[in-house]
Amino acid sequence: MENPIVKAENYNSYFGDNHVVKDVNISINKNEVIAVMGPSGCGKTTFLRGINRMHELIPGATSKGKILLDGQNVYDLNAIYVRAKIGMVFQRPNPFPNLSIYENVVAGYLLNGIKVSKADKDVIVEKSLTSAALWKEVKDSLHKKGTFLSGGQQQRLCIARAIAMQPELILFDEPTSALDPISTSSVEALFHELKANYTLIIVTHNMQQAARVSDRTAFFYMGELVEFDDTKQMFTAPKDQRTQNYITGRFS
Amino acid sequence: MEAKIGARNVKSVIFKGLVVFFAFIIVVPLVVILLYIAKQGATQVNWHFLTHVPAPVGEKGGGISNAFVGSFIMVMLASIVAVPVGMMAGIYLSENPRTKLAYYAGLCVDILQGVPSIVVGIVVYFWIVKPLGTFSAIAGSIALAIMMLPIIIRSTEQTLKLLPDSLKEAALSLGVPYHRVILKVIVPCGFAGILSGITLSIARIIGETAPLLFTALGNSFFSTSLTKPMESLPHVIFTYATSPYDDWHDLAWGASFILLLFVLTLNIVTKVITRKWKIQL
Amino acid sequence: MENKRLQLSNDQLKWETFFKRLLIAMSGLLVLIIIGLLITLIVESMPSIKSLGIGYLWGKVWDPVQNIYGAYPFLIGTLLTSFIALIISIPFSYAIAIYLGEYNPKGWLSDLLKNTIELIAAVPSIIYGFWGLFVLVPMVRNLEMKLHILPYGVGIFTASIVLAVMIIPYGASLGITLIRMVPSPLKEGAYALGATRLEVIRNVIMPYTRSGLFAGVLLSLGRALGETMAVTMLIGNTSAIGTSFKNIIFGPSNTMASVIANEFTEADHTLYVSALIELGLVLFFVTVVINLIGKRIITRFTNN
Repeated sequence: MENPIVKAENYNSYFGDNHVVKDVNISINKNEVIAVMGPSGCGKTTFLRGINRMHELIPGATSKGKILLDGQNVYDLNAIYVRAKIGMVFQRPNPFPNLSIYENVVAGYLLNGIKVSKADKDVIVEKSLTSAALWKEVKDSLHKKGTFLSGGQQQRLCIARAIAMQPELILFDEPTSALDPISTSSVEALFHELKANYTLIIVTHNMQQAARVSDRTAFFYMGELVEFDDTKQMFTAPKDQRTQNYITGRFS
Repeated sequence: MEAKIGARNVKSVIFKGLVVFFAFIIVVPLVVILLYIAKQGATQVNWHFLTHVPAPVGEKGGGISNAFVGSFIMVMLASIVAVPVGMMAGIYLSENPRTKLAYYAGLCVDILQGVPSIVVGIVVYFWIVKPLGTFSAIAGSIALAIMMLPIIIRSTEQTLKLLPDSLKEAALSLGVPYHRVILKVIVPCGFAGILSGITLSIARIIGETAPLLFTALGNSFFSTSLTKPMESLPHVIFTYATSPYDDWHDLAWGASFILLLFVLTLNIVTKVITRKWKIQL
Repeated sequence: MENKRLQLSNDQLKWETFFKRLLIAMSGLLVLIIIGLLITLIVESMPSIKSLGIGYLWGKVWDPVQNIYGAYPFLIGTLLTSFIALIISIPFSYAIAIYLGEYNPKGWLSDLLKNTIELIAAVPSIIYGFWGLFVLVPMVRNLEMKLHILPYGVGIFTASIVLAVMIIPYGASLGITLIRMVPSPLKEGAYALGATRLEVIRNVIMPYTRSGLFAGVLLSLGRALGETMAVTMLIGNTSAIGTSFKNIIFGPSNTMASVIANEFTEADHTLYVSALIELGLVLFFVTVVINLIGKRIITRFTNN
């Protein structure tokens, strides 16, 4: 059933004169898990960061075209507002080292000076950490700083932090490439559970991961969106030769 | 062949001996000076010394309360000016290293670091003392603030440059505006480095005399007025040490002891801050 | 809820812009301060520059009473004190740098030495001057009496000694950083060929760090040139130069900084004041140029 939450229309990204993302048109539906894959330098991360307007924070970075979130062009809205509405999880887990685990989860409120009652905060912390499958492990050390957590746990903390803001859409930029295999599978299991309440777009370097976790997959090559299809279809019978070459390992 | 190696080894050992000698001999003058000041000055310091102004020539007793309070006031005032300005300039330099402004501002920080303190003093004289028509604590504080700037700016800049970009990104992606990212995430994470830069700059200016000679001048009476001349510890040492009166020499020793104590304490505090308050990244 | 969030973001955008502009303003303030310093110095020395011209720099007589001003005695005084202090300090700075950089970088003994030189740098110059006045000057006076020189006690010699102690930390700490930057493979290669410690230091470390160490010398020189209080208290405050070498070194004198410190508040007429400011201008240029050259060399060295 078509229920688009994010639509890119003729979207282009530049670093200075360098045309990095070329004329992307894509429509993503609610509660889908979308994998974005492609070789290094293909523009997949740049595209992802264009969605929540992180791309323009780099000096010299610009973009053209539209990205519609629930029908509104994010480039017509207040950038701060857009970033608050969309969650993002990064390649390297980056919890705030000066905040406790509890404070990290509600950082989106704390750092913005948004007043939330202690009771409400407790609820948010428990719900977010539970959704991130971290609650049981940290519920007795909420007021410690998160430096003792493992890589996988820190990443799930970052996911909880993003969820606490109640986004509809969560972006993941190679979220498991810095993690060991066990942490990776715990995060991948999480994707499956998060799907019920959120839409996930996951940039990944790992084809097998894309095949494992996503409903539909987008394949980027040299800045273009080459193919976007059902994951099963993409990996068994891709329509484009370039996709075929990538999947069979001709280039990575 | 073996004789040659032997000779070379002997030379190497002799060299090491010379190096050790010349390196450690520097401890001697430091210890001598510190002990001498302690000996001459510690005996001067008592409650009377700290709470009274200098006595007129010929009278015994007297103290350095005006200098003590004066130094405190001017250092406070200088810090109130220099810390925000210095931190913000340091933040700009670390956040925007490739702009033209960063290049020129960085150049100016380097220049300012090398300007002799007496030159700063005479310039502030023309900027503040002459227009106001009077020597003043404000002028002295401004001169001291200018001297604090390079230290605060460089330590802020260097501390923040060491922080990973991922910290900023995490906050920005949550919809936190830039100023809150800097003030609530970046600066707190660099707190130890920035604070130690501040304490270091205070330790530096608390002993500076030259910038105060023509700005705050000195004042033999107790004064807290910001628009009048104000006495300071280093200035009172200079005046009384170069005077021909033994009583005043004693005052100068006492003041030197106090000043040295402050400077040493601040240096130790700086070290403790860097060690204990560093946030593990 | 949505509207409140949007409203908050709109407010935050305004503050964000304000903050960014504030940062730019503070950095611009720095540039303004330096430009202001320069302009003030030039404007206030104009009267002296106009009437005395370039001959001011080698005028040998400084007589405010007769309104004659020549900077030569102070140039000599400044150069002599600085260079003598530099020469005295170099062996000590180098020794400390070599010891802490190569022989013994870690451990309680090296920590002791490190803390010592930090302490030396931390002691205010007025205290060095005070101590020098009461302890060093009588000693020098005795020495001068033994050598049959006029026993002033104060003078270029005394000032240079204290100045040397004060600048040792600058050369030393820079030297330590530079020597530690010598890549281990370079040293290990030499040791593997059978070189002694001395030979590695002389033939590997010294050439490698040569330009950096030179920069360290420049920066120490810059520090010495601008030093005011300790020198003012120990140099004797005489604005004439002696005739023979002995008299110059052991006699009282003045540096650019010390004459400004001593006479600025007494200067009553415009030409007098402006002549002093012109000294300040010369001092400003010389120290700034030396410091910038030194810093450039170091940046280039560390970026290699």
